[in-house]
Amino acid sequence: MKVKKKHNYNLIIGCVLTGILLLMAIIGQFWTPYGETEMNAAAKNMGPSLAHLMGTDNFGRDIFSRVMIGSGNTFLVALCTVAIGAVFGTIIGALTGYFGGWIDEVIMRINDVILSFPSILLALIFISLLGGGTYNIILALGVLFIPSFARIVRSEMIRCRDLDFVRSAKVMGAKSFRIIFVHILPNTWVSMLTAAMIGFNNAVLAEASMSYLGLGVQPPQASLGRMLSEAQSYLFNAPWYAIAPGIVIILIILGFSMISEGLRKIS
Amino acid sequence: MKYFIKKLITLIITLLFISMLTFAAFSVIPGDASLTKLGTDASPEQVEALREQMGLNDPMPVRYVRWLKDALRGDFGESYQYNGTAVSELLAQRLPVTVVLSVMALIIILALSIPLGIISAKHSGKWLDTFISQVTQITMAIPAFFLGILLTYIFGLVLQWFQPGKFVGLDESVSGCLKYLIYPAIAIALPKIAMVVKFLRNSVLSEVKKDYVRTAYSKGNTKNGVLYKHVLKNALIPVITFVALIIAEILAGSIIVEQVFSVPGMGRLLISSISNRDYPVVQAIVTYITAIVVIINFIVDILYQLVDPRVNAQ
Repeated sequence: MKVKKKHNYNLIIGCVLTGILLLMAIIGQFWTPYGETEMNAAAKNMGPSLAHLMGTDNFGRDIFSRVMIGSGNTFLVALCTVAIGAVFGTIIGALTGYFGGWIDEVIMRINDVILSFPSILLALIFISLLGGGTYNIILALGVLFIPSFARIVRSEMIRCRDLDFVRSAKVMGAKSFRIIFVHILPNTWVSMLTAAMIGFNNAVLAEASMSYLGLGVQPPQASLGRMLSEAQSYLFNAPWYAIAPGIVIILIILGFSMISEGLRKIS
Repeated sequence: MKYFIKKLITLIITLLFISMLTFAAFSVIPGDASLTKLGTDASPEQVEALREQMGLNDPMPVRYVRWLKDALRGDFGESYQYNGTAVSELLAQRLPVTVVLSVMALIIILALSIPLGIISAKHSGKWLDTFISQVTQITMAIPAFFLGILLTYIFGLVLQWFQPGKFVGLDESVSGCLKYLIYPAIAIALPKIAMVVKFLRNSVLSEVKKDYVRTAYSKGNTKNGVLYKHVLKNALIPVITFVALIIAEILAGSIIVEQVFSVPGMGRLLISSISNRDYPVVQAIVTYITAIVVIINFIVDILYQLVDPRVNAQ
């Protein structure tokens, strides 16, 4: 891993973009220009102006404030799902990859089957069993991300388990547990980070889709996907209502995908 | 042949496993057909009698085998939300629409991404390649449902090329139906193009490095001659395996996009059934979709082996 002289534009732009959006979402948790559910009958369906940067919706609610809070919810869901996927995926991948055997074979077969389905499809199946709502979305998506993490960690384990530094650790009497989590895992951070970014990417898309379908974050809580489905009824009179949350979703996804592209160039 | 039989056995086991899993999952949900049939004010004795009569008290393996037998004959029970209409009848109405939509989306994806992938590889490292990869990266970030809303606004409301929400059925007018479905098909296809372009580009670039390309050049072929007559044939082989993944993605995309354009397909039925807790319909659609994905994977594996017999040797 050498530092290349050529600038890694993907990584820089991705980080800046994600940073700005994340900052906006965090500020939105403490302060917004208007209340999340504050209605104003005198200002319904108004176009973008200085008072309302992204305009107002059919109840006269400020779209910018709701986008700030909604993107906060989106980030939170993405963070929780990737955390679930990363923790359990790493444990499963590390153990199966290091020890191998028939359990490894069986788990990887199941992984292959799960990975051949798009995550939105599987999330829908989960939701049809569990019912909608924020927590169920997190649970469903989190469980679905376990296989992709497990696969990456497993292949890194297989790559590393016969390298010299692992052998010498074994010779020095290190236990398997210590070798896996102290010696090998820290070497896999770049590919883990790339996987996490792809995970964020998918989680944001899946959360927005579920909320759009009315199965995710429940009203009156603001959610980007939900706002889009409400905006569809007022598309002709208030196109900005759909465009604002849509663009924010695109920017969030673009930010994560640029970071993962950039990371791929480093490794 | 041995490969085919091995794959076929794996297919059957996977299908059985998935159907068992969905059956078990849907049996855990509280509330069953007997309650729905009798309504909430039925006495416990009545419910118990009907449960016995419908065989709902049998152990799960017995019920599974019975369900599987019915399902293989195409009988998935009755819908709750449509007052006892047979689920198979509901599916028969919706399935053709989703199939037409998915095929259109697949055609758009392949028609756009194969030329773009070839152009990218031909000009790799130059500005055109960078431009294509940047543009496709941006289209990849657009959620299909938002793209659908944008298309509705631009082509439906501003330009008025179609009437949003006024779906024309296949039985009314085939050309009218296709004209309506072209917009949702674009919404599904555009975000998926980047994947295929990138995959094909890398596939071509890794082929170009091989020895037979040098041989082809030394025989006096032009650059285009080598690319189209030799490299592309080999570079397209791995793309076949990729098509299975794309079809699965298209199915997932169509579930959401059907909602945006009010297309009465499987996806819209699935969402309304989930919202109304119409479990027989949900179970049938879930079984259908998972079976389609697994079977397409199987077909692709077999095709891949036919095109590239080296797979057999592994």
